[in-house]
Amino acid sequence: MDLVQLQRQLVEYRTSLYHEGFLDAQFTQLQELQDENNPDFVVEVVSLFFEDSERLLNELTTALEQQSVDFKRVDAHVHQLKGSSSSIGAQRVQKVCIAFRNYCEEKNVEGCLKCLQQVKHEYSLVKTKLESMFQLEQQILSAGGSIPM
Amino acid sequence: MGGGGGGGDSSEDTAVELGDEPHVLAVDDNLIDRKLVEKLLKNSSCKVTTAENALRALDYLGLGNETLEGTVSKVNLIITDYCMPGMTGYELLKKIKESSVLKEVPVVIMSSENIPTRISQCLEEGAKMFMLKPLKQSDVKQLKWHLMKCRN
Repeated sequence: MDLVQLQRQLVEYRTSLYHEGFLDAQFTQLQELQDENNPDFVVEVVSLFFEDSERLLNELTTALEQQSVDFKRVDAHVHQLKGSSSSIGAQRVQKVCIAFRNYCEEKNVEGCLKCLQQVKHEYSLVKTKLESMFQLEQQILSAGGSIPM
Repeated sequence: MGGGGGGGDSSEDTAVELGDEPHVLAVDDNLIDRKLVEKLLKNSSCKVTTAENALRALDYLGLGNETLEGTVSKVNLIITDYCMPGMTGYELLKKIKESSVLKEVPVVIMSSENIPTRISQCLEEGAKMFMLKPLKQSDVKQLKWHLMKCRN
């Protein structure tokens, strides 16, 4: 695939992520923060998000496996995940977190477990998509091109 | 604690003059948010120091249990998240306002939740501004402009 085709593919892919609600305007904000001084800013922040989210999802799994669930603890973790996903523009993950917090408030274990499954699913989706997008960007850069806005 | 730029000059007061690089202390327990706010502030020509909770922030400011209070503030602005484990941003705000050295330092509270009672509580306690997360570049630009305007 030549450079122009790659660039076009990237733009289309990125646009689809917004259309499908995987990303929102906050992700655009992140991209706008990147500059020549910090050319890897977006990748760095997103990588932090991946690490942090995986840690939180593990904590949530453990917390919800307990005989007596500590909903305050569960809520605290979901609050963190909601915050991070919101900050990077991972809209679908954020939305599940909102529902998740409601179930925490109601002390509804079933509801929480359902949300945990959903949030793991949404997280996995957005992770895959962002990684694909970064790969495309890398291909463009390696071919000597620049990333279209 | 994360540092960005030197913490060197202390000035007689906390006035931010045009041309100066304000030194901001950013407090947030969320790693991603800390990284973001740091970048946003640096893009607005601020020196940034970050702290992951209120206690670390207080230690840095010289208000911790083991530290002796200094005579001048190291920072020109403190921006803190509201919801933090242990001490909240609101409690941190109160501690800062109780300090003779630091009470003039503007404090901005951030939160992902738009709760009017929370907002008025913070403003009544002396917070300069309340900002909703996620922060955008335009928010920080407005903040800096507001901060400088107040000092002139």
